[in-house]
Amino acid sequence: MSAPVATVISSATPELARRRLWDRFVRGFIHVTALMAILVIVLIFVFVGKEALPVLTSSEVQKEANLDKLFRAQQYGTPEAPLPYVWQPVSTEPKYSLMPLLLGTLKVTLIAMLFAAPLGILAAIFSTEFAPTWLRESMKPVIELLAGIPSVVLGFFALIVLATLMQDWLQLDYRLNVLTAGVALGLAVVPIIYTISEDALTAVPRSYRNASAALGASRWQTAWNVVLPAALPGVFAGIVLGFGRAVGETMIVLMASGNAAITSWNFTEPVRTLSASVAAELAEVVFGETHYHVLFFIGTLLFVITFILNWFGSFMVARLRRRLTGAER
Amino acid sequence: MKTRKGISIGLTFVLAVAVAAVFAGCGGSEPAGDAAKTATSNITIKGSDTMVILGQRWAEVFMQKNSGVTVQVTGGGSGTGIAALINGTTSIAESSRPMKDKEKADVKAKFGKEVLELPVAVDGLAVYVHASNPINELSVPQIKGIYTGAITNWKQVGGKNEAIILYSRENNSGTYVYFKEHVLQDADYDPRAQTLPGTAAVINAVSKDSKGIGYGGIAYGEGVKHIKVKQDDKTPGVEPTMENVLAAKYPISRYLYWYFAGPPTGEVKKLADWVVSKDGQSVVENVGYYPLSETDRTASAAKLTGTPTAAGQ
Repeated sequence: MSAPVATVISSATPELARRRLWDRFVRGFIHVTALMAILVIVLIFVFVGKEALPVLTSSEVQKEANLDKLFRAQQYGTPEAPLPYVWQPVSTEPKYSLMPLLLGTLKVTLIAMLFAAPLGILAAIFSTEFAPTWLRESMKPVIELLAGIPSVVLGFFALIVLATLMQDWLQLDYRLNVLTAGVALGLAVVPIIYTISEDALTAVPRSYRNASAALGASRWQTAWNVVLPAALPGVFAGIVLGFGRAVGETMIVLMASGNAAITSWNFTEPVRTLSASVAAELAEVVFGETHYHVLFFIGTLLFVITFILNWFGSFMVARLRRRLTGAER
Repeated sequence: MKTRKGISIGLTFVLAVAVAAVFAGCGGSEPAGDAAKTATSNITIKGSDTMVILGQRWAEVFMQKNSGVTVQVTGGGSGTGIAALINGTTSIAESSRPMKDKEKADVKAKFGKEVLELPVAVDGLAVYVHASNPINELSVPQIKGIYTGAITNWKQVGGKNEAIILYSRENNSGTYVYFKEHVLQDADYDPRAQTLPGTAAVINAVSKDSKGIGYGGIAYGEGVKHIKVKQDDKTPGVEPTMENVLAAKYPISRYLYWYFAGPPTGEVKKLADWVVSKDGQSVVENVGYYPLSETDRTASAAKLTGTPTAAGQ
C-alpha cells in the first residue's frame, strides 16, 4: 500500500523521459508542418512577384508596359474613333491596358454576387429558421455537393445550355456575355455563401430567438429582424469569401464570357477577365518577354486582391465569434 | 520551455528547406534544351491547333511503320509551339504562321543554330457564316472592315439588318496572327471580337449564331457555310477548294509549317523526310487540308537533305 510518490515526482525514469522526448518531437514536427504550409504560400507569392517585378523595375519592359500604360487612358485607335483602353498584346504595337480586364472581372463578379448572395443567404435562413430537421439535414450536404462540381463542368454547362437559354429568353445579341458567365459563376459561389451564412446563423444563441418569440414576433420577423442582424458579420464574411472565389475563378469565365476585352458598362456584351487572360495567354509567351512579365503582374494582382479579401473575411468571422460568445450575456 | 526548443528545431528545419529551395531554383532555371537536339525514340510535336489533327494523323501512320518510335502531339496554338521550341521543350514546332524574325533570333541565341523552316502542307483560311446568312461572298477589304469594327451591320455588306457578331481566335493562335497580318494588314482586331480556343470552337459558335462570322482552317467546316472570298470588288469570288488554293487563286491561303532548331537528325529527320514524301502528303488530303504542290514538295525535301547551314527564310 505504499504510494510510489517518489517515482511519480521524479522524471528520471527512462520511460517518462522517453515519453517527454517523443512529446517534444511531435510538437516540433507539427509546428514544422504548419510552418511549411505558410512557407509554400510565401514562396508562391515570391515566385510570382519576382517574375512580375520587371514591370516596375526594368526599363526595357517599361517601354511597352509600365504602370501608366497599364492603368491610365492611352491614345489608341483613331482621332475619330478613340480607344483609350486596349488589350491586344500580340500585335505590331503591343497594347497592355489592364482596365478592360479589371472592368470585366468586376462586372462578372458583380453579377455573380447579385445572383448568389440572395440565394445563399435566404437558403441559409430557410435552413436554420424554417426548415424541419429532416429537411435541414439533407439540404446542407446537397448544397455542399454543388461546391464539388468541377468548374470546367459549370463552364461547359454555361457554354452549351445556359447561353442558349439566356439568349432566347432575353433576346440578346451576344450568346456569351456577362450575364451568362455571371450566373454560372454565381452557381459556383452559392455553396460558399450558404455554408458560412448557415454556420453564422446557427451560432446565434437560442436565447435571442426565444426572447423574440416571447415578445410576440413571428418566425419571419425573428429571422429577419433579430437573428440575421446578429449573424451579420458572419454572413458578410461569407459574401466576402464568395467574392474572392468569384474574382479568381478561371475556367467558367474562360468558357462562358466570350473573352472580348471590351470597356463598357453594358452587361449584355462579352468581357475578358484577368484570370481568363492569364489562362489563355500564358502558354504561348516566351519566358522573359514583356507579355510574360505583364501576365505575372496580373497574377500578382489577383493574388493580392484575393489575399486581402480572404483576410478581411476571416477578420469578420473572428469578430462575430467574439461578439456572440464573449461580450454578450 | 520545451515547446520553444521544439519550435527552434522546427524553424531550423524550415530555414534549411527554404535555403535549399532557393538554391535549387537559382540553379535550375535554364531548360534542358536536349529535347530539340539529338534523336531519341521519343519525339514531341507541339503547336498549332489548326494542325494538331494533321500532326496526330501523321504520328499515327509513322508510328505504325516505325515501331521503335513514339511521337507525342499536342496543340496549344502556334505561339505555344514556337515558345516551346525556344524553351527547348519540343523537338518540332507546328505553326500555321511563319516564325517572326525575333523568334528566329531567340532560337539562334538559345541553341546557336538557325531555325529550319519546313512547309509541310497548304491551308485555305475559310471565312464562315451561319447557314441561314444570305451573304455568299465578301471581298478582302470588306472582311477587314468587319473585323476591325469599321463595318458593324450585315446590311452594310448586302445582308440583313442585323449586328455582326465577331468570332476570333485567342492571340496564341497562328491563325489569329496570320489573319491579322494578311487580311487586317496589321490593324488591330475590334475589341468586340470574341476569342475562342480553337477553330472547332469558332465553328461551333458560328453554327449557333445567325449573326455570327468566324474564320479558320478549311478542314473544320461542319454545320456552317463558308463564303467565297474575292480579292477586291472587281474580281470574282473564289471558293476555298484545293485547286484554287494550290493555284494561288484563293486570296487567303497559307503554308503550314514545321520548325526545327537546326537541321533535324536521326528519328526526327526520318519523320520529317517521310512527311514531305508522297506517302506523307497523301495523309494531308484525308485530314482535309491540301498537300504541297509537286514543286513545293521537292523544295521541302531538298531543305532536309540540304547543307547543314540551310537557313530558315
